[in-house]
Amino acid sequence: MSETPSSTSSGQEWPLWEVFVRSRRGLAHTHAGSLHAPDAELALRNARDLYTRRGEGVSLWVVPSAAITASSPDEKDPFFEPSADKPYRHPTFYEIPEGVKHL
Amino acid sequence: MATAAPQQTARPDGTAGFQAAFDAAVAADERIEPRDWMPDAYRATLVRQIAQHAHSEIIGMQPEANWITRAPSLRRKAILMAKVQDEAGHGLYLYSAAETLGTGRDELLDKLHSGRQKYSSIFNYPTLTWADVGAIGWLVDGAAITNQVPLCRCSYGPYARAMVRICKEESFHQRQGYELLLALSRGTEAQHAMAQDAVDRWWWPSLMMFGPPDDESAHSAQSMEWKIKRHSNDELRQRFVDICVPQAESLGLTLPDPELRWNEERGQHDFGPIDWTEFKQVLKGNGPCNEQRITQRRRAHDEGAWVREAAAAHAAKHSKATTEEGRAA
Repeated sequence: MSETPSSTSSGQEWPLWEVFVRSRRGLAHTHAGSLHAPDAELALRNARDLYTRRGEGVSLWVVPSAAITASSPDEKDPFFEPSADKPYRHPTFYEIPEGVKHL
Repeated sequence: MATAAPQQTARPDGTAGFQAAFDAAVAADERIEPRDWMPDAYRATLVRQIAQHAHSEIIGMQPEANWITRAPSLRRKAILMAKVQDEAGHGLYLYSAAETLGTGRDELLDKLHSGRQKYSSIFNYPTLTWADVGAIGWLVDGAAITNQVPLCRCSYGPYARAMVRICKEESFHQRQGYELLLALSRGTEAQHAMAQDAVDRWWWPSLMMFGPPDDESAHSAQSMEWKIKRHSNDELRQRFVDICVPQAESLGLTLPDPELRWNEERGQHDFGPIDWTEFKQVLKGNGPCNEQRITQRRRAHDEGAWVREAAAAHAAKHSKATTEEGRAA
């Protein structure tokens, strides 16, 4: 949930982890939120208690928030711009005569 | 967007372009995300609101935890423990949301412990009987749900997402409270009286949970403009009253307001005046349990210090051992 690793006031705060939950087999892990824990093992346990109290998951990933590299919202337009002007990448771009099946 | 052209609206810090992008996103009902530019006042408002909300969740554990050891059956005890654990979870979701705004967890807890940030004044009332656990679930959590459902559409993404999780879980809280009160209401005469007494004591404080009337609410107008808030305090309070009246009837209990009646013309219930003097007193720290709640909170934090330190020491030792192992290999 926390895309920005927080700065700590005391410097003794446990590090921040991002939690990903696979809700059932066959689905990808999805970001559920974040939490603090001193190490990976406790991060997993805390994640279980915090994000899967009602059977929400069959598998958990925890990732140190500091290890995530994110695209910047400021460069949103130029960064994703190359995909905006290529409508021919979508199937709806092409005109097919009516009646043609399985296309 | 990165460079704001100098124009009449340009600010000394050159944020005019950012402000325009922010305003457009809010107007288009898009969500603001942590790394987006946002006005300082928007950030400060969110930190204040989310922190208060988070603090309320964890302070709210106390009045109910008070009854865990005295729950009348194993079933009720298991339910109550699950509920109190949920409240802790809700606090953590919200602290996480606040942290995305650049305010650390320690800082938020410091501010709670030193009284610089507040929690909902409802938790400064005592839980005198077992029926209070039911009244809290039905009325306090009911009021919270009425407040929180619109927050799932709040303009700030992480707050809205936390609220989605919380609202899903609150429903259990409210229903277990209602069921508990129903059991008492249909029980012996003494049990029925206990349920009625709890409702009598929790009704008015629950109505105060929606905050001051619209014309006296300091932050309402700006928060609604920013789409942090979607409905006014009075609007939500009215909605809550209208929901509760038939629920009270089904419980076989009355609500302690002689002026409460259906208004055909408005299609809503009229209800009596709220004692805002009491609200302000409790807010100021003069409620029945303010001192007790914060003292208990500080004590729990201090007594847990060794656990936090031991876990950190274990993590440091383990990470050192792993590093040395890596070197040896």
